[in-house]
Amino acid sequence: MKKHLLTVVSNKEIAHRIFELKLSGPGVKMMVTPGQFLHVKVGEHTSKLLRRPLSICDVNLEKEEVTLLYRAQGEGTIQLSEKQSGEKVDVLGPLGNGFTSETINLGKRALLVGGGIGVPPLYYLGKKMTDKGIKVSFVLGFQSKKDSFYLERFQELGETRVTTIDGSLGINGFVTDAMGPLLEDEPSIYSVGPAVMLKAVEEKAAGLDGYLSLEERMGCGIGACFACVCPTDTRESGYVKICSDGPVFKMGEVVL
Amino acid sequence: MNRLNVNLPGLQMKNPIIPASGCFGFGKEYAKWYDLSVLGGVTIKAATLEGRFGNPTPRVAETESGMLNAIGLQNPGVKKIMEQEIPELEPYHIPILANIAGSTEEEYIEVTKQISSHPLVSAVELNISCPNVKEGGIQFGTDYKSAASLTRKVKAASSKPVYVKLSPNVANIVEMALAVEEAGADGLSMINTLIGMKLDWKTGTPILANKTGGLSGPAIKPVAIRMIYEVSSKVSLPIIGMGGVSCAEDVIEMMSAGASAVAVGTANFVNPYVCPEIIEKLPALLDDIGIDQISELTGRSTVKWKTPLSSR
Repeated sequence: MKKHLLTVVSNKEIAHRIFELKLSGPGVKMMVTPGQFLHVKVGEHTSKLLRRPLSICDVNLEKEEVTLLYRAQGEGTIQLSEKQSGEKVDVLGPLGNGFTSETINLGKRALLVGGGIGVPPLYYLGKKMTDKGIKVSFVLGFQSKKDSFYLERFQELGETRVTTIDGSLGINGFVTDAMGPLLEDEPSIYSVGPAVMLKAVEEKAAGLDGYLSLEERMGCGIGACFACVCPTDTRESGYVKICSDGPVFKMGEVVL
Repeated sequence: MNRLNVNLPGLQMKNPIIPASGCFGFGKEYAKWYDLSVLGGVTIKAATLEGRFGNPTPRVAETESGMLNAIGLQNPGVKKIMEQEIPELEPYHIPILANIAGSTEEEYIEVTKQISSHPLVSAVELNISCPNVKEGGIQFGTDYKSAASLTRKVKAASSKPVYVKLSPNVANIVEMALAVEEAGADGLSMINTLIGMKLDWKTGTPILANKTGGLSGPAIKPVAIRMIYEVSSKVSLPIIGMGGVSCAEDVIEMMSAGASAVAVGTANFVNPYVCPEIIEKLPALLDDIGIDQISELTGRSTVKWKTPLSSR
């Protein structure tokens, strides 16, 4: 595991408060597994000490470039959004256990379901799956039209249905309101988002195989501080650490 | 000559830097990042008699130059720690300080008996200052009579030196330190976290599921320095100083205040390499201030500035 000093290629707002940060450097060649995250330091001289766990949205191995999408909503992420091209960003990673190739190869069809800032890792995952000849479709949930992003890129990979809570784009409602027809050919399920959404997805997709990626406030990001635990009935310890055992878990493995 | 060498009861260390309890897991998590044998020693996460799951999440909240945590002493229990966790540290040949917690005197005594008997454990750190569980020892840490009584019993049960980890959440830290010294402690660890709270301004509700948590990080360093300064001028026990240390300069400051060794906590989360980086930088700083041996720093400020603090 490693700490890298990556260079900002670009850092721009692509939707309401959603920023696309492209970083480059030799460390990027390690970032081959979707679902892993980088633990990002928002600045050098800042009272915001803790790193921000940001999931990998896309990687261009040839250009050694990684893309992270994040919502600038607190002081720390707002500081990050002010980084200019050419500046350095201190990152640890890639961290965590992502969607490994074993995890990806569950079947011929996959349904990828994401909510809000949980959507980005599904792009890298969808690309990897398409490369392997798996037919992917997406359900992406947002608060409102202004919060939505990357829709055309997802559409290039597969059928993409969008839901918004205020009905300003796509289907009015939650991701589970749009999943129905896409479940008919019994796809494998891959979902990233807040625990309440993951729980609803798990119930909606009952009987199907799949993997969930969890979000939680983290401390160290490497399994030492026990901040981001989640209960489970499937391990003797009774818990998993989201940062180092996850963030990706088999559906049903953790208690949401 | 090793100019960073320090000797404390049970802890013969090649440098004064020890990761603090709770901030370093059981060591193996950081062993993936660097060779732990460079450290002066290591403090492992608190052990209780039975395994504990700890508090609900969220368990951490960021604050200005610090963080609040309310993990709640999550650990697999003393037996598993001795069988599965401690042996993983053997290859590094560094002193191990085993932090112990409990909710009754009997539990502390039993955990101490067991863990101090482990051949790899060099000393015991008696945690009477965890602010995050209802019965996690803080009741012993805020009343000097209970603290002394527990220290005496734990000391009798331990086959290794005992360091008492003091809480800053008390009216008079010197009184507490004197009480545990009198009760036979071999050393002090100070300070644990300060109790704090953070609300979500939009909802008015606490961020932490436990509502309150322990404040750590650079924000608390001045409090630690003041308390170490005060205690070291009244108590003759060696002190493992801790509280917001994040660079080599902080280590020198804390030793000057009276610490004989220094534990690094929250800074490990910011930079996993912080301990080896500090160790590497110390000799150059000693050169800058004309000090040969790092242990000469301990209590430098009390020697120079004998006037007691006016607040006591």
